[in-house]
Parts: sequence; C-alpha cells; structure tokens
Amino acid sequence: MAEPEPDTPPMIEVNHLTKYYGGRPAIQDLSFTVPHGEIVGFLGPNGAGKSTTMRILAGFLSATEGAARVAGHDVATDSEAVRRRVGFMPENNPLHDDMRVREYLKFRARLKGLDKPTSRDRVEDVIAQFDLGDVQGRMIGELSKGFRQRVGLADALVHEPELLILDEPTIGLDPHQIRTVRQHIKELGKKHTVLISSHILPEVEVTCSRLLIFHEGTVVANDTPRGLEQSLGGHHRITVELQAPQEVLHEAWEEMAEIEHHRVLPAEGDFSRCALTPRDGEDLRPRVSALARARGWPLRELTRERHTLEDIFVHITREDDD
Amino acid sequence: MTVLLTLARRELAGHFFSLRGYVIMAGVQLLLGASLLTVVYLLNGLAYDLPFTEKFPQTEFFWLVLLMVAPVITMRTFAHEKASGTFETLMTTPVSDIQVVLAKFIGSYVFFLIAFLPTVIYPFFLEHYAHEALKVDSGAVWSLALGIGLYGAFFMALGCFASSLTRSQIVAAVLTFAVGTGLFILGYLADLRPTEVQWWHHLVQHISMLRHMQDFSTGIVDSRHVMFYLSLTAVFLFFTLKSVESRRWK
Repeated sequence: MAEPEPDTPPMIEVNHLTKYYGGRPAIQDLSFTVPHGEIVGFLGPNGAGKSTTMRILAGFLSATEGAARVAGHDVATDSEAVRRRVGFMPENNPLHDDMRVREYLKFRARLKGLDKPTSRDRVEDVIAQFDLGDVQGRMIGELSKGFRQRVGLADALVHEPELLILDEPTIGLDPHQIRTVRQHIKELGKKHTVLISSHILPEVEVTCSRLLIFHEGTVVANDTPRGLEQSLGGHHRITVELQAPQEVLHEAWEEMAEIEHHRVLPAEGDFSRCALTPRDGEDLRPRVSALARARGWPLRELTRERHTLEDIFVHITREDDD
Repeated sequence: MTVLLTLARRELAGHFFSLRGYVIMAGVQLLLGASLLTVVYLLNGLAYDLPFTEKFPQTEFFWLVLLMVAPVITMRTFAHEKASGTFETLMTTPVSDIQVVLAKFIGSYVFFLIAFLPTVIYPFFLEHYAHEALKVDSGAVWSLALGIGLYGAFFMALGCFASSLTRSQIVAAVLTFAVGTGLFILGYLADLRPTEVQWWHHLVQHISMLRHMQDFSTGIVDSRHVMFYLSLTAVFLFFTLKSVESRRWK
C-alpha cells in the first residue's frame, strides 16, 4: 500500500458513537481515530463494547447516535463502500461447515464482488498465503480449529481489504496455533490496517502498535503499549531473593531513598525474599544488584513485575472514580 | 445480479450438501405417491368425465405434503445462519439486504419446484397404464401445477419470514406450519352455509385455499387466485426484508 497522503482521511474515525441494545448502552459516546497502517488492539473484558464497535465498523450494525468513518466513508450512509474495504472475521469465526475450503473461499470472493478470473487468482493467493493447499478439498466442518482460523483469515483477506477487523482471532487455540495466527497478523500489518480484539493483554501487547482499552462501553485509554506502560510505571514492584540476614536487609532497604515500601520474608535455604515498591516508577534492579555485589550477598532472583490487564483496569477505573 | 445468482445457487446447493434435501424429496414423493394411489382407488370402476386431476386436492396426503414441506424447506434459511454466526459474515460483504432475501427465497423456491417436479408425470403415467382409454386433460394438469407453484411461492415467502424472526429452526418451522395450517383451516369455513350471509363469509370464500386448488385442478385459472398468491408472496418478502433490516434500527 502506498504511503498515505497528508490529507487522506484516517483509516478509522469514530465520533461520539453510541449504541443501545434494548435500552442499555453497549457503547457510549465513543470517540477515537486510527491512522493508516497500524495494528490496533481492542482490549477489555467481555461486554465492554469491543464486538459492538467492530460490528458497527464492519457495517453489520448501525449506531444509535454518532458517526463512524472508514477510509473516509460513513458506515451508515455509505455502508457498501465500507464493506468493500473491510475484511471482517467475527467472534468464533463462523464458517459454512458444509462447504469445502476452496469452494467456500471462491463463494466468498464472488460475494465480495470479485469477477471470476480475479476471484480465482485471489483464492489461489490466499490458499498459498495461509498454507491451506493440503486441506483445500476438505469439508470445513472436518477441519481442526487452527485450520478453521486460517480459512477465516483467508476469507477476510480474499478481496484485499484496506482494513482487517478480527474479533478475538486467537480464542480457543492452542499455544502453537496462537503463535502461527499471531505471526500471520504481524505479517498482515505490513500491508493493511488491522484491528484485533482480545481480553488477554500479552496477546495484543506483542502484536499491536496501538492499544485501545475498553471499559463499560467507553475507551479509557488509547496509546502505544510502551506509552501505556509508562503511564502506569509508578507501580512497578520488584522481587529479589538474597542470602543475607533479614535484619541487615531491612536496614539496607530503609536506607535506600527510592524505596517507598518493602517487605522481607524468609525463603528456602538461608535466603530472604524481599518485595520492594519504588517511590517514583524508577527501575530498582540496577541499584539492587549493585548493592548485592558490593556487600557480597549471593543473589538468585531479581524480577520486575509486569502489569497484568487486571492492574491496568484497576488503575484506569480508579482514575475514573476520582 | 451475479452476486444474487451466486447466493441463490449456494442456497439451493445447501439443500443437497447433506442428506436433508434428499430426505425431503423422498418424503414429498412418498406422500404424493400415496395421494396418487388414493386417486386411483377413488376412480376405480367409476365412470368419470371430469378431469381426474380434480381428485388430487380431495386427498389428505396432498394437503399434508403441501403444509408440511414449506416449514421443512425454509426453516434453515435465516435461523441457521443466525445461530451459527455466518449471518454476520454474510451481511458484512457488500451484498444488499434485498439480494440476500431474494436469494434465500429463490433457493428455497427452486428446491420446492424440484421436489414437486416428478408429480407432473403422474397423470401421463396413469394414462399409459390405465386399462380403459383414460383421457388426461393436459390443460388441467398444467393448471394444477401452476396452482401448486403459486402456493409454493407464498409458503416459501412465509417460511423465509418466519425464519428471519428467530435463531431457532424449530421455532421457524412451527411458526410457518401454524400460520399455513391456520390459513388452510379458515378455508373450511367457506363450506358453512349460514342462514344469513355475512361479510366474513365472503372473505373466507376468497381466501379458501381448498377452493383455489379445486379451481386449478379442474383447469380453471382464475386471475383472482393468481393475484392472491402473488400479492401474499410479495407482502411476506417485504416483511422478510424489513425483518433483515431491523438489525440496524433495533
């Protein structure tokens, strides 16, 4: 894909989007922008509005209020143009189990408006791209979950969309299959704008260049993974296991000004396990290891806690409440 | 147009991908065969100068198959796609709602016609094997076929509508069967002879499918009957379209 001109509209533009389901809002006053060529992760617990937003962007549902544009086309008034530009894989990747892989992809390509020769070429391409050659004559209903997922991706991609929307693309897969799908998504991100949703942080952390965090129907954060982590940096706790008497350790931590709070517990052998909370987000590990070396304490563990999705939620929603 | 054809072909082919389509066809042929047997039994040793096709709508099997077949053919159309989630992948391709509705209808209707096709040869079959020189009024045969065809169009539209309302195929089938059978039974009211003819009596005379089919079976093609089925087909296709569109404004 060519570099977007400075005045081309962003890939996705969402303005004050609200959707009510039977009187209850699924998403509320949602606004965000996604530039071309990014892999964007929608992160949030079930029911936070990720799927609803994706369905609106894919042209399946209409919003109650507000507007959304995909590549400059309004999803409500210019739905067909949007659907031509979007490849959508819904949650649980529904497929026609009674069709064969190649036949299904051909059918989908034709539905998406490709003419006969083009659809033949494109089906050939996606079968090669997702390594489906061995199963192209098999019934979809007989395929393993990993293969199904690849058929779903091939379908989403067959009409060369500008925007790929994948709702929970790795759910229910084994770790090996997850890695394969992740690899595919990264590869796709080079040519397309990709939107994926997940409720597992490491899942989106490794693939996405931007994260949108959903909470109760609104986007509470929109940043790069690094940016998000930095904004939460003040809470990085470290764990260290040293061979030294507990009283001496207590004293040492008291002396260190960067430590806000510490706890020392006995561990296996003569070791002590300490949990240290830094005062202002500083990474304490270099200082702790230097100290251990200086005092000659054997050191067998030194780790910095990573933030879990739970931490981020707790943190962000706490901010909201203030 | 090509998209409509692609979709309709897939709908029709869907019936033959599993055993279901063949079971439906076998069932239709079994019941219609029973209907033919009954007709033969009725005519046996009888001097009968009316077109014998007239006897078909008077057999229970004939109506049983007509009322049963529509729910069975159409229950899958929308309900199955909604339940399996493929409705979402379908509606996010650049197809229009009306193309989807028409494709579902055409797919079901063509299957209905295929299932009934062998019926057309029954009368000629009978003529060939009858002892006496039995005369088949081919005009009556074709008009009965037209009647069944019109009836099928209406019931396929009704079935598609019922299926578009729900995710459950069973609910769709029961709904189609209940409405279809209810309408059919209303027709029996036309046979009542009230002392004073009231408005509802006129109404049921018009909507009695039994009477329509009797006319068709004797070779009478009444444009009122034709319009009755065509307009109901259009109305239910319109309802189906609105039901499919409703996901946007619900």
